[in-house]
Amino acid sequence: MKTIYILWIRQLKRYYRSKPRIIGSLGQPVLFLVALGFGFGPIYQKAGGGDYIQFLAPGIICMSILFTSVFSGIEIIWDRQFGFLKETLVAPVSRFHIMIGRTLGGASVATLQGVIVFSISLLAGFKPYLIALPLALFIMVLIAVIFTALGTAIASLMEDMHGFQLIMNFLIMPLFFLSGALFPLDGLPRAIEIASRANPLSYGVDGLRFALINVCHFSLAFDLTFMLLAALIFLGLGSYLFSRIQI
Amino acid sequence: MTASVLYIGICNMSAIIVVDDLVKSFKEIKAVDHISFSVNKGEIFGFLGPNGAGKSTTIKMLTTLLVPDRGKILMNGFDPLTEPDKVRQTFGIVFQDPSIDEELTAWENMELHGVLYHIPKKVRRRRIEQLLKIVELWDRRNDPAKRFSSGMKRRLEISRGLLHHPAILFLDEPTLGLDPQTRNLIWGHIKQLNQTERVTVFFTTHYMEEAERVAGRIAIIDHGRIIALGAPGELKAATNASSLEDAFINFTGRNIRAEEVSNLDQLRRRVRLFRR
Repeated sequence: MKTIYILWIRQLKRYYRSKPRIIGSLGQPVLFLVALGFGFGPIYQKAGGGDYIQFLAPGIICMSILFTSVFSGIEIIWDRQFGFLKETLVAPVSRFHIMIGRTLGGASVATLQGVIVFSISLLAGFKPYLIALPLALFIMVLIAVIFTALGTAIASLMEDMHGFQLIMNFLIMPLFFLSGALFPLDGLPRAIEIASRANPLSYGVDGLRFALINVCHFSLAFDLTFMLLAALIFLGLGSYLFSRIQI
Repeated sequence: MTASVLYIGICNMSAIIVVDDLVKSFKEIKAVDHISFSVNKGEIFGFLGPNGAGKSTTIKMLTTLLVPDRGKILMNGFDPLTEPDKVRQTFGIVFQDPSIDEELTAWENMELHGVLYHIPKKVRRRRIEQLLKIVELWDRRNDPAKRFSSGMKRRLEISRGLLHHPAILFLDEPTLGLDPQTRNLIWGHIKQLNQTERVTVFFTTHYMEEAERVAGRIAIIDHGRIIALGAPGELKAATNASSLEDAFINFTGRNIRAEEVSNLDQLRRRVRLFRR
């Protein structure tokens, strides 16, 4: 338990101390929110979709959680290169605890990031229902855990940062674009619909939209079930691959 | 003959590390090729050899990071294969490359280590203060480690490696890349801690004169085999050499710091790179 706690607090400290990183990682969601929100807003309205910012904001919150959590998981590669990973691997603690501590730490950081983007979206004109805020927070945590564990799993397989572009372009970007974060999932071509249905982030976006603006494509129960399952699978996969890391 | 080494190791209560007939291969390269030796309690033991000789592979097997293909290891009476956590509690290690979290302060690095090694809070606090004072980092305890010089980082790592009162301290090239003055300082600390903490020190180094000065006994490893083992004086006498450096050349046929590596060495290195 103490192992998990100390590694969790380590992630938070590292996050808090790297101010440039916090500001830098806020740039993208803000840009998306402003450029897309105000850019597509009029067309979306004309098409009868209503206020685009309302629709977009939950998606952008999910995007920032997705990016931050995958990168938090991938931080293992830095720890490997800067050597700190070895310090934890020769310690008399189980690798499972190490992995859980790191993942919870990364997920907390990503959730925090999501909350910050949420606050910014309020400034951009987002008007959510505040009743289900605890539910929204819970969904944000779930998304964060799923993708931090995924990042951990990927990082356990990678030697260095060379594969980074690959992951960015062939995993994270598709996850984001095919999640319904930017557009509704109704009436899509078959292939894209299948892809978005297999994407755990779709259910995160959907669940968060339900909690914040009371709009839902699937159903809340289905969203939550799918995400809990995904969280379990990725945590299992991540801890398995992490336990096999050789220095 | 190998069985007898283990037997002696077990019977000889003063042996703290016993290695018997250890083998590790990567692909077709034998990184460690049937080595046997033992290290006595309280001893400063030097493990020398050219690049790619098998030093790091041996250390990784002793420290539970790598599983041997065959052979037996006993660390303070525990087998790394069957009781890895007991073995981990028994040693401290300073890796060749730095392994501190540079974003954290000296104190936080120590604290994290203390928690990972299950040291009770009160003991931990006292011990951290004591060790940071010994390595002269107490005044800088609240500075992030990234602001430290390489010598300071190394000192922090050494004191961290000793935090949980290990019986054995592994130092893999502890003075690599440091200036002569800092190297002296580091060895001064190591010797002092060897005395006061009664910790067994197992180190590797490229600096022959340092090995000669501090080590009680030295093993020379080349191409995965131990080709000489004894006190520095004995090794010199055996080869009629005036310095350990010459003795080393006589044993291995080359200089320890030879920049030109043989084809085999290059292959080894590539295999090792691939393995990582």
